[in-house]
Amino acid sequence: MSLLLNEDQRMLQDAARSFCQQHSPLSVLRRLRDQRDELGYDPALWQQMLDLGWAGMTIAEEYGGYGFGYSGLGIVLEETGRTLTSSPLIASVLCGASLVQELGSEEQKQALLPKLVQGELLLSLALDETPLHNPSRIETTATRTGDGFVLHGSKTFVLDGHSADKLIVVARSSGDDNSAEGISLFLVDRAAAGLSIQRTWMVDSRNAARVELDAVKVAADSLLGGEGEGYPGLDRVLDIARIGVAAEMLGSIQEVFERILDYLKQREQFGVLIGSFQGLQHRAALMYSEIELCKSAVRAGLAALDDAGKSGEDRARLASLCKAKLAEVFALVSNEGIQMHGGIGMTDEFDIGFFIKRARVAQMFLGDAQFHRDRYATLNNF
Amino acid sequence: MSLEDFRRATRAWLEENCPTSMRTPMVQDEIVWGGRNAQYKNPDSQLWLESMAAKGWTCPTWPAEYGGGGLGKDEALILSQELARINARPPLTSFGISMLGPVLLEYGNPEQQAEHIPAIVRGEIRWCQGYSEPGSGSDLASLSTRAELRGDHYCINGSKVWTSYADRADWIFCLVRTDFDVPKHSGISFILFDMASEGVSTRPIQLISGQSPFCETFCEDVKVPARNLVGRVNEGWSIAKRLLQHERTMISSFGLASGQSDRGGTTSTVSSVEGAAMHYRGDKDRLSDPVLRDEIARFKIDSEAFALTSQRSREETKQSQGPNATSSMLKNYGCELNKRRYELLLKALGSQSLGWEGDGFADEELQVTREWLRSKANSIEGGTYEVQLNVIAKRVLGLPEIPAMNKKMNNK
Repeated sequence: MSLLLNEDQRMLQDAARSFCQQHSPLSVLRRLRDQRDELGYDPALWQQMLDLGWAGMTIAEEYGGYGFGYSGLGIVLEETGRTLTSSPLIASVLCGASLVQELGSEEQKQALLPKLVQGELLLSLALDETPLHNPSRIETTATRTGDGFVLHGSKTFVLDGHSADKLIVVARSSGDDNSAEGISLFLVDRAAAGLSIQRTWMVDSRNAARVELDAVKVAADSLLGGEGEGYPGLDRVLDIARIGVAAEMLGSIQEVFERILDYLKQREQFGVLIGSFQGLQHRAALMYSEIELCKSAVRAGLAALDDAGKSGEDRARLASLCKAKLAEVFALVSNEGIQMHGGIGMTDEFDIGFFIKRARVAQMFLGDAQFHRDRYATLNNF
Repeated sequence: MSLEDFRRATRAWLEENCPTSMRTPMVQDEIVWGGRNAQYKNPDSQLWLESMAAKGWTCPTWPAEYGGGGLGKDEALILSQELARINARPPLTSFGISMLGPVLLEYGNPEQQAEHIPAIVRGEIRWCQGYSEPGSGSDLASLSTRAELRGDHYCINGSKVWTSYADRADWIFCLVRTDFDVPKHSGISFILFDMASEGVSTRPIQLISGQSPFCETFCEDVKVPARNLVGRVNEGWSIAKRLLQHERTMISSFGLASGQSDRGGTTSTVSSVEGAAMHYRGDKDRLSDPVLRDEIARFKIDSEAFALTSQRSREETKQSQGPNATSSMLKNYGCELNKRRYELLLKALGSQSLGWEGDGFADEELQVTREWLRSKANSIEGGTYEVQLNVIAKRVLGLPEIPAMNKKMNNK
């Protein structure tokens, strides 16, 4: 398993980078924020991303995708992370499509995946119920009635929940509130009676929602995966999503670091460039070292997702490694991004603040550093 | 020969020639350093060295005309994979292989290469490194060991310090000052000489951890043939720096072993930090101290990410040939990991990690005490932590020069 990009991957990286720099610079997110945009992403830009095939990267060719693997999607996410591009890529493709691929029946795959590739269908995962990620602690209930189920409960931090066509709701059809047994996943139409979706305005100017399910009726064929048997597949997809988000974080981290270096090489105080001060040089060198570790971790994580020979436990370990490591380093680099820019770094007019805001959301999404160190320790039997 | 054939032939040869006892984890006192007074605690290790050296596989990518393996990068990779497959021990460990050889192949003249490279490959000459001086540590380029040209030889006077294994080495590669009247980096030369030369003496140094391989080395009117100077006179600093890159790569590998747990089959209670922490607390399935558990998890995550980074760096090196810019970063991170590992082991073992000698402590516990103290040198030797950060800032990140770091010798 090589940790270097191959020729095709380098070409994809170049193409994705120039697209993002040209069509979705940070000013796009700033505009969406300032206009309190209803959708929270730019549909014309999303269409261009669809035209580039980015929604079909990880989907098998038989379902209309391009089979470029998670390494391919990871490369794209790294570039969207550099420009903080807001789009349905994470919610609908990385999480949603992966769930359909991992858990869906053949019929569901044929019905949903081609639409996901074309952007005709947007999905969103409704998982968390408390402010802290804990995927097996599910209180939302699914009760069998007639030929379907009734869902009750509430969800929070539902990425792109307000703009998705369908939610994938994680609910408990049996078992204790803290048990991985008895968890079922349901596809719920946004127009379903009893479903209310309230957009929340998050610090990173992206989209998350609170969702209330009040006696929402779903048909039996809306079940994604076996009844009460959804957790192992969900867990696998969460690991995919964690590694994918880590790739996005890696892009953001590198961007912040490059902006810091540029500033150290142009800002003068005491008659010299501030980059000649050893106090700043050593902090920059330490950040560089941590970023090198992040790059290797993300490459290994993505490669493991594409490597059929890797066990689920290997992927889980790498996913927690990536998420824990990237969370810490993104915190470090985004904090230093403000501090090393001094007063101007605190102004809203300057872009660096967007990164510290995105950093904290990305850090917490699907488990923060503590969550993943705990999980990593458990996976390593201590 | 196709790569597949090469792999098959290599595997067959190794099966036949690698003694069974050489397929077990290396034991500290069975490491083979070679040299005129080579010692083989396990006779199989001599056999293994001779078989490997005959094929040039102690230095697989070095040119065959000087006894090296002459392998391309793909073949060398296959060889390393096949060696790893059977857990083969390194047949030879030497500063000749890890530091001097690559530099001599790059900067040495054909006569020097022909004289020294084959002897390094076969492990016949053991080398030591004459770099630091009592007055020149981090500011290595201020060194003042003097080499004066007198006809066909140099006369060397001065002293070196931290010369690892100087008391057991046959030859030394040494930095000397050949000009005192120019900026400090411009008057340094790189020279080789026999430690048996008249006027060379050594004295071992005892560290806070007890015994150590370090020595002081003194030169008093040592006569060295002028042809032993490598590269051009006064241009030794570039060679010195290149050698330091190789040294850092070597040292960074020490950190690699840090994060590995006892999956490899060793049964020692201190071979993994988490295993030790649970053992000394009587824990069964889960480490009962949640703070230590989090700290160990962070350490292991960093260790695994570091191992992946070393792998990536090796792949990049193979693609571009020659050491790359990451060596300072790898050196620092590897050393810090090793230091963290021993600090964690102290927490894991409690007061059993604090014995110095004698009864009441197992050998492996006493070793933890000593190795913990020894690990503090990791971020000093081979260029301090702070110097490596300077190197990263300047050479990798392109940050501006720190004022006042480039004075002339005479301004000192």
